[in-house]
Amino acid sequence: MSFFLQFMIDVLSLGGAYALMALGLVIVYGILRLVNFAYGELIMVAGYTMYLTSGSGLPWLVMAAVAVLMAIMAGIATDYIAFRPVRAKSVTAVLITSFAFSTLLQNAALLFISPRPRNVPLPEIFSETVQFAGVITPARNLITIATAVVMLGLFSWLMRHTVLGIAMRAAATNFTMARMLGVPANLIISSAFAISGLLAGVVSMLWIGRVGAVVPGVGLEPLLIAFIATVIGGMRSLQGAVLGGFLLAFMDITLNFTLPQDLLKFRDAFTFSLVILILLWRPQGLIRGPASGQRT
Amino acid sequence: MLEIAGLQVAYGAIRAVRDVSLTLAEGELVTLLGANGAGKSSTLMCIAGALPAAAGAIRLEGQDVTAARPEVMARRGVATVPETRDVFPDLTVDENLQLGAYTRRNDTKGVAEDRTRMFGMFPVLAERSSQPAGTLSGGEQQMLVIARAMMSRPRILLLDEPSLGLAPTIVNRIFEMIATLKGSGLTILLVEQNASKALEVADRAYVMRLGKIEAEGTAAEIAAATDLKALYLAG
Repeated sequence: MSFFLQFMIDVLSLGGAYALMALGLVIVYGILRLVNFAYGELIMVAGYTMYLTSGSGLPWLVMAAVAVLMAIMAGIATDYIAFRPVRAKSVTAVLITSFAFSTLLQNAALLFISPRPRNVPLPEIFSETVQFAGVITPARNLITIATAVVMLGLFSWLMRHTVLGIAMRAAATNFTMARMLGVPANLIISSAFAISGLLAGVVSMLWIGRVGAVVPGVGLEPLLIAFIATVIGGMRSLQGAVLGGFLLAFMDITLNFTLPQDLLKFRDAFTFSLVILILLWRPQGLIRGPASGQRT
Repeated sequence: MLEIAGLQVAYGAIRAVRDVSLTLAEGELVTLLGANGAGKSSTLMCIAGALPAAAGAIRLEGQDVTAARPEVMARRGVATVPETRDVFPDLTVDENLQLGAYTRRNDTKGVAEDRTRMFGMFPVLAERSSQPAGTLSGGEQQMLVIARAMMSRPRILLLDEPSLGLAPTIVNRIFEMIATLKGSGLTILLVEQNASKALEVADRAYVMRLGKIEAEGTAAEIAAATDLKALYLAG
């Protein structure tokens, strides 16, 4: 029983983080049909904001809020700098500008800060462990689960019960029709990037919180995880992204528990093999999104 | 109220609309007839702002709106019902209607009233208000898109082939509704292939062929002109 509980906590905490990462990527993809490859850098921006504000003596929560805010701004900046000027052009153009923006941000961090890891402040609770029902787990895991629940709840409320959220869901199926009802394209796209930034910022606090340091390439792994999770879950579906995130975490944790020690370093190879199997079975992902969809 | 002069619309090198000029007076129901591929829908989508004009001018109450974006046209009171019957399939019927009122979303009371009015007009939509719009039948979806367009309290309604692919009884219902809307003083531009039905409700008509206006006149004149049959059936 306590083993099962331990396993569930691990899956839910890792899965919660993965699900938030995937949602941040898919919210933009759903509307623009384009993967924002600068997504990982939003996580990096939040991380470096923590590092830069660490000497300020502010309470951790205030610093974290500033960091999340910076990630939101960076998200909106991605839209203005990398997407908006070339949106009407070819898909390739937008793909390349998003890569370029990602490289630009990473190199800015290399040049102006350092290629070496920089420590970020962590609240004490992040390094504590809790013990209950025969399980010992880092408090960080429980915080991650709670944060994921709150963020997913907030996200779902926003998408279902606000006009902006309904308009965003509509724009994801038929952008032109949404515009013909008076929904401004730029507002929807900027909002998608802002939400993407919010999720990236929150994920950043949890992700960087595990190691307590930030490097310029910190966003690569979350980007990859988010991408794989959305591919498994279905690129067009918000529920799919969440499901994909939890499923990926489930596979990772199961392999962690079951693989023999000397195979553990090849865990990702096993995970990716499973991903390939899932895609052979369901090439469109587990949850198929709404039927229609043209680019704008 | 709406004035179009020398309009051209092109898809790459192909000019779908070569020369269209038409006017729409306040309270008038004008129909744009023609065979498949005559350029009717392209004309309509260009007025709605969803397709760019290659040449020509569109004026709304004297103001140039040729290059206006679709969201701007919506805000200026032009509601569009495209022929593809674009409901948002994974949104509920209610959410579809709510988005229809996007341009006046701060008028909560008025929107609620209109919603009740639409449900009165289309009882089947009331029954299905919390179902995803994708689960409705073709006729119900057509009613939903018209109701959704009306939620913005438009001054001009652009209707593209509302009868397309629907059973005759439903077509009759839809045309009854168009007549009701006209009776309420709404200005309507109706694109149709079903010429006889359209001419029953229209005040005036234009006939398009190969991207150009070939004939125009009152609905009675066009209905009486036997040589036009050949024009809009021959494509």
